[in-house]
Amino acid sequence: MTDDILYSIRNLTVDYKTRAGIVHAVDNVSLDIRRGEILGLVGESGCGKSTFGKALLRLHDGPASIPAGELWFDGRDLMKVPMKDMPEVRGAEIGMVFQDPMTSLNPVQSILEHLTETIQAHEPGTSDAAATARAEELIERLGIRHERLNEYPHQMSGGMRQRVMISLALALRAKLVIADEPTTSLDVIVEAKFLDLLKELQEEFGLTILLITHNIGVVAEVCDRVAVMYAAKMAEVGTAEEVFAAPKHPYTQGLLNSVPNIDMDEIELYKMGGEPPSLLHPPKGCRFHPRCPQAMEICGQQEPSFEEIANGHRTACWLYQAHEAAARAKEAANG
Amino acid sequence: MAKLNEKNEAQRVATDGQDLLVVQNLVKYFPVQGGLIASILHKGKIPAVKAVDGVTFTIKRGEVFGLAGESGSGKSTIGRLVLRLYEPTRGKVIFDGIDLLKLKPEDMRHIRSRMQLVFQDPLAALNPRMTIGQAIDNPAAIHLSHLNADERRQAVLDILHQVGMNPPEAYYNLYPHQISGGQRQRIVLARALVTHPELVVADEPIAMADVSVRSILLDLMLKMKQEFNLTYLFITHDLATAKYICDRIGVLYLGKMCEMGEVGEVYEYPLHPYTQALLAAVPVPDPKRRRTTKMPEGEIPNPINPPTGCHFHPRCPLAQAICSQKEPEIRELRPGHTVACHFAENFLPKE
Repeated sequence: MTDDILYSIRNLTVDYKTRAGIVHAVDNVSLDIRRGEILGLVGESGCGKSTFGKALLRLHDGPASIPAGELWFDGRDLMKVPMKDMPEVRGAEIGMVFQDPMTSLNPVQSILEHLTETIQAHEPGTSDAAATARAEELIERLGIRHERLNEYPHQMSGGMRQRVMISLALALRAKLVIADEPTTSLDVIVEAKFLDLLKELQEEFGLTILLITHNIGVVAEVCDRVAVMYAAKMAEVGTAEEVFAAPKHPYTQGLLNSVPNIDMDEIELYKMGGEPPSLLHPPKGCRFHPRCPQAMEICGQQEPSFEEIANGHRTACWLYQAHEAAARAKEAANG
Repeated sequence: MAKLNEKNEAQRVATDGQDLLVVQNLVKYFPVQGGLIASILHKGKIPAVKAVDGVTFTIKRGEVFGLAGESGSGKSTIGRLVLRLYEPTRGKVIFDGIDLLKLKPEDMRHIRSRMQLVFQDPLAALNPRMTIGQAIDNPAAIHLSHLNADERRQAVLDILHQVGMNPPEAYYNLYPHQISGGQRQRIVLARALVTHPELVVADEPIAMADVSVRSILLDLMLKMKQEFNLTYLFITHDLATAKYICDRIGVLYLGKMCEMGEVGEVYEYPLHPYTQALLAAVPVPDPKRRRTTKMPEGEIPNPINPPTGCHFHPRCPLAQAICSQKEPEIRELRPGHTVACHFAENFLPKE
């Protein structure tokens, strides 16, 4: 892992138009993905993490739109790429793996056809033989015997289908793979093996992976850094070691303490009050303040900025911006 | 009611009064294809999914007994067999000394008020056209027929209050889509508890809930257990959650029990290679304690043609010739700790 940034997301907002009004599913979020790292993006359902992942490929459609933000991928702003050229970026530069591979794979295409079609669509000069050879090599690397290339998705197990999805991303030597809950539909032993594979691919191919998940254990198992989202905002970003050892944001703290840990004989789990808010009417100020055990007056009034509090460790919480909070309170009192 | 009890008394089987539920050699085969043509095609031997294949366990009154396993292990099927929502192919289910499989449908209906089921997906379990009040009133109207409408309404409000839906009057007339996911799971729990059951079969009750809401739901379940003197059959794929809530646990693999015992005991001294792999595979929320153990090969096999001998042998790192030939017996190798593995002795802690 280096400090070299592969994908810099600046002030990204994604809106959904609903009958009840506009929802900011991702609200002014900035994040850097470093070359060669596995970055975990955690959050609960509805926090905007999947929308965020799809927006990185500009895969939004229908009621969704990106009204603001810059997507600097490998030196160019993808927001400025014409939509008709985006399919070139998807797959060839950024691959995506979804939770349910069965809905991403074509049920009437063999695995071999999936791979050769992908290769030949992006590299039109490739001969059938060359594409097949590449497919065989790749699939063997991912732990599936190449004889099985002629099978169809339904003949494979859930774990194998996820490997096929990864192979589609690797076939084009994508620089970044966005994996959205890739292990959620897998059993725990298969999940463990898939996570092992991700780590191997990271080392072997220098692959960069954005791993979107609700499972904190999965993040701790494979990620170099962690980003925590809450109610469409970024709450905390830091190295996995720092965030797990000394979480700063009270939401992260609560989340980590409320998850049963098989290695510890915890007597009691932390019980976070309330539930994530509706994004139609998010709370004023810090969005976590109604559930926060350490909420102060300012938390319900003004939104904290996303600040660096230690080297590379950022959080959006007034607890760490006390000086600023005091200044603002004074300002408010005067004016 | 009195007559029914008399009848049930007659069918009482001698059990230790401590045991609320005794499951013996439970078997459930689901035919893959039914009908005459399939029968002719397969020469009378219709292939079947062996979902549950000879499972035995006992749950003591007041205990939380966990059934853990991967998808396809048969854990949810057992939950439904216990309530006789599926008819077992073979085996015995004895609830409070009553052999359930000998009961007539009408008697079974009566006894169901004493055993309730909580499902994984509360949105699927609640009728979207019924208000919360109606949803909970429904089982009450069937099983608490001695109450009049006002008394029943009060019973529903009381149970809403107890599962933390306060003020209950505010929720009585709401529809499931108007409340949050965590609240919906509370309603499903309230609906199960309104008949004051003794046994609650909870099938992945928190798997759909948000992470930050799960610990509250778990604690609510424990609190309700105290309040109503409940016994739980807790079905889960999550061994970390099982450790938190269960007293004893049974680990299933392809319809068979491979290991069973007190949670602390099994987690500390897992004697079956499958249990060991499962425990090692659970991701630990601590980046400093990353797993280094290698995982078993392959995935859970097809339950229509399960492997011979020990079902786990094709994936087992220790498998010897005997494992593919002979099915291991269930043996008690430590007090209250049983295991089905030919080589489990290798894992006994050294004295």
